[in-house]
Amino acid sequence: MSTTLKLPKAMEDALHRINPSASRRDFLRASGALVVSAGFSAIPGARAIAAVAGTGLYPDPDFLQLDTWIVIHPDNTATFFVGKTDGGQGTGTAFRQMMSDELDIAYDKTSLIMGRTDITPDQGGSGGSDAIERDGLPMRRVAAEARRVLLEMAAEQLGAPVAQLKVKNATVTVSSDPARSVTYAELVGGKRFDVKLAGGNVDATGGMADIKPVDDLQYVGQSLQRYDIPAKVDGSLTWAVDVKLPGMVHARNVRPPVAGAALRGIDESSVADIPGFIRVVSRGNYVAVICEREEQAIRAAQQLKAEWAPPADAPFPASEELFDYIRGATPTSSSDPEIEGDPDAAFAGADRVIEAEYDVPFQGHTAIGPAHALADPSDGQMTIYSNDMKSYGLRNGVAEFLGIPREQVRVIYMDGPQVYGRTAADDAGFEAAFLAHELGRPVRIQWTRDEETAWDTKGPAYSFSLRGGLDARGRVVALEYDARAVDYNHVGYNEADTVLIAQLMGRRPAEPARGNAATPAVMYAIPNRRTNSQVVALPMVWETPLRTGNLRDPNGPQVTFAYESFIDELATAARADPVQFRLDLLAGSNEDDVFRRARSIAVVRAAAKAYNWDERPSPRSRDANRRQTSGQSGAGPEESPILTGRGISYTFRSRTIAAAIAEVEVNRQTGHVWVKRLVCAHDCGLVINPEGLQRTIECGMLHALSRALWEEVQFDREKVTSVDWLSHPSLRHSDTPETIDVVLVNGDPDPDRSDLAPYGAGEASHKPLIAAVANAIHDATGVRLRRPPFRKERVLAALRAAEV
Amino acid sequence: MSIVTLNVNGTTHEVDVDPSTPLLYVLRNDLGLKGPRFGCGLGQCGTCTVLIDGVAMRSCVMRTSQARGEITTLEGLSKNGNLDPLQQAWIDEQVPQCGFCHNGQLLNARALLDRNPDPSDAEIREAMDGTLCRCMTYYRIQAAIKRAARSTMAAAQGSPTESTEAQVKGAAE
Repeated sequence: MSTTLKLPKAMEDALHRINPSASRRDFLRASGALVVSAGFSAIPGARAIAAVAGTGLYPDPDFLQLDTWIVIHPDNTATFFVGKTDGGQGTGTAFRQMMSDELDIAYDKTSLIMGRTDITPDQGGSGGSDAIERDGLPMRRVAAEARRVLLEMAAEQLGAPVAQLKVKNATVTVSSDPARSVTYAELVGGKRFDVKLAGGNVDATGGMADIKPVDDLQYVGQSLQRYDIPAKVDGSLTWAVDVKLPGMVHARNVRPPVAGAALRGIDESSVADIPGFIRVVSRGNYVAVICEREEQAIRAAQQLKAEWAPPADAPFPASEELFDYIRGATPTSSSDPEIEGDPDAAFAGADRVIEAEYDVPFQGHTAIGPAHALADPSDGQMTIYSNDMKSYGLRNGVAEFLGIPREQVRVIYMDGPQVYGRTAADDAGFEAAFLAHELGRPVRIQWTRDEETAWDTKGPAYSFSLRGGLDARGRVVALEYDARAVDYNHVGYNEADTVLIAQLMGRRPAEPARGNAATPAVMYAIPNRRTNSQVVALPMVWETPLRTGNLRDPNGPQVTFAYESFIDELATAARADPVQFRLDLLAGSNEDDVFRRARSIAVVRAAAKAYNWDERPSPRSRDANRRQTSGQSGAGPEESPILTGRGISYTFRSRTIAAAIAEVEVNRQTGHVWVKRLVCAHDCGLVINPEGLQRTIECGMLHALSRALWEEVQFDREKVTSVDWLSHPSLRHSDTPETIDVVLVNGDPDPDRSDLAPYGAGEASHKPLIAAVANAIHDATGVRLRRPPFRKERVLAALRAAEV
Repeated sequence: MSIVTLNVNGTTHEVDVDPSTPLLYVLRNDLGLKGPRFGCGLGQCGTCTVLIDGVAMRSCVMRTSQARGEITTLEGLSKNGNLDPLQQAWIDEQVPQCGFCHNGQLLNARALLDRNPDPSDAEIREAMDGTLCRCMTYYRIQAAIKRAARSTMAAAQGSPTESTEAQVKGAAE
């Protein structure tokens, strides 16, 4: 007995409705929406059409055709097609809000299709918090152009000039004679716009119409509920993990037992007795087993006997040796120092010089659901069902990897477990496609927990050295920043020669990616500065589980942890209040970017106000701490083990400003840290959906709180030893703050301007949080923790060493 | 292979499988259910949770032959076309980000409210602690559990339920 699940109903409905007839099919071919009604069964027919068209099965949707972006249906509803994906931050709902506003159609009369490479224009998928800021603009311009075209059509039909028409809810009316009206459906429902757009690239796409001024936007600014949530809570959503095809089989990978091991042999007889066993597929050091049923494949992967030869040299130091290794390594690249003023002279003349070193370990994605994909090779094409956030990159990468025309490959993006950069290097999509290509049957693959935790891409580890000079009045006169990132051979863009299967097969580019050691994003007025950044490599560059990739603002949390911790250390040395110290540094900034400076000051002030910040230097006095905690608990002054404190951190990500304040309780007997309260003030310009934004800001902070308190990828000298939720703990319900306050700030120097722009919000609140927690722990205890995660053993050791 | 009888969401099924197969794969691949999902295969994360006679169980580490009793999956949580108060609270609070783990969050919350209709904050944290979310929606999950508890008790007492409109704290300054 088996079942076959199809595409989500909403997607099927939308696709069915836009392809009801042969003439419609011609239109769809021209608009790039070919074979959308094909589902899984009509590929041969579609192929015949494609052959006639001479463009291959899945030609690139033409982003310069209005029909590629918007279809008006005969029932006066619309479907929007965008080249984006939504990792659960509500961007899909936001796209519909923006496009509904520009098109003048009711939001609930619209639907949205995202990230399907055969029918949505290539906007690159998701990444870099760009969804609203960059990719929303062509969506808005295209919808505005559709409205303009519809008004022209209506003018002709109604015999009245455009200037005398008004439009609401997809209906155009003559202003002076409301009886004369025509709907969008009557004008173009089920037909082509056949309107050419302009633009040298997809980001620049637009027409002759302008987007609306902010005051004319109806849905933008409203907290509409996310359309995707009901199906996620009632169990009706079909996720990428759920798709089943006739003839589908199941695969599991068999990884090298230690990093860099070479495959010497496979004993296929060790699994031949497993019911449903089909094949072992191996090439180079890549090995997978394929069985008819999922549990059979899991058993076969565990049972397969393979001989592996370990590498001659250790692939990496153990995690406890990592930071000594980083500091002692010869960099693979060094950026030219950025120098402002005369830092050497300023340090020489400083009243005091403060120095500190910070370390951040490798931290992984460790998605709640391991990597997975289903690939269908039927009829000489390749369709991949995937939650790849960059589905277009997967399509191109798979075509190159398999050596087949990209017009034969499509990726159907569907919901999946959290993305945050992990699926930008979609190992499972390549593996499923390779195995399906080998076998000639649809293959579904899913990684195991230990495989995902050990072998997913990692955020780069860092070591930092900072030095600051204060004058006699406590002002910062010089600052030197040195960063070293373990980021050589950074992967993350679905390249056919860097995904894990390619590496294990021995396929690789001539040179690894150089990687990046980032510098801080600050507006502070520090007249003399030197900024250095260097990349170092681990001994093993290829086929290693310590592959770096994009993890939610790939370098931001690490760099901001070091920099904003150090600013706090300088404030303490200057006996200054941490908020006022930052405001003074911001106010005195001689940066030309008044826009960013004004908004930074507004955000820091808003955070302090929302928290009800008490102005004083850090750390808090022990007497004050004991008075408060004993008052709270009712215990005597010497009995309470709880120390409380608060810390702030500020940064920006692209054009979005965020300041976070954490309030902590530190148990000085156990070392346990509970972040009791979080505040985030956040300015991302025009807000499309306040509630959706608030949720994303909250979860961005809590994701970073997990990195602050728990997350670290651990390894010995031959393999990663973090392999499950016991050996790699994550934030849990019991760690959740009691209160989270989000303040949405519009600190624009001209806050009411009609062209106020929206900026990205997927990562900004994630960035400052680790530093805010470290600063709060210091405020509570007087102890400065310079290496996350702040698990209780590390905290207790630091407290004991400082005799707290 | 042998015939195993399963009672799932009010329907009896007979499946011909190796009885040692973890229940998760039978529910997903033989019965076509989508609520329980693979997260770890180790019983550590809760993504695969089902209710068996009202008790939250981890289907990834349970042999199919052990699954005696009435099995409820996420698909079976709504009754007579009405969402469970928890599902409604999840929508009202706009809880999920990616939503992948929320099968386990919802079913563990259901099991909690069934044995304790008015849990304290500490009881919610304790009962939910082993159910992981990597988008870190914990704060809203806890708020939604409290909302569902309130609405259930209000309905039982015949008073009007509170507004289902989501509240927006983050007013623009």
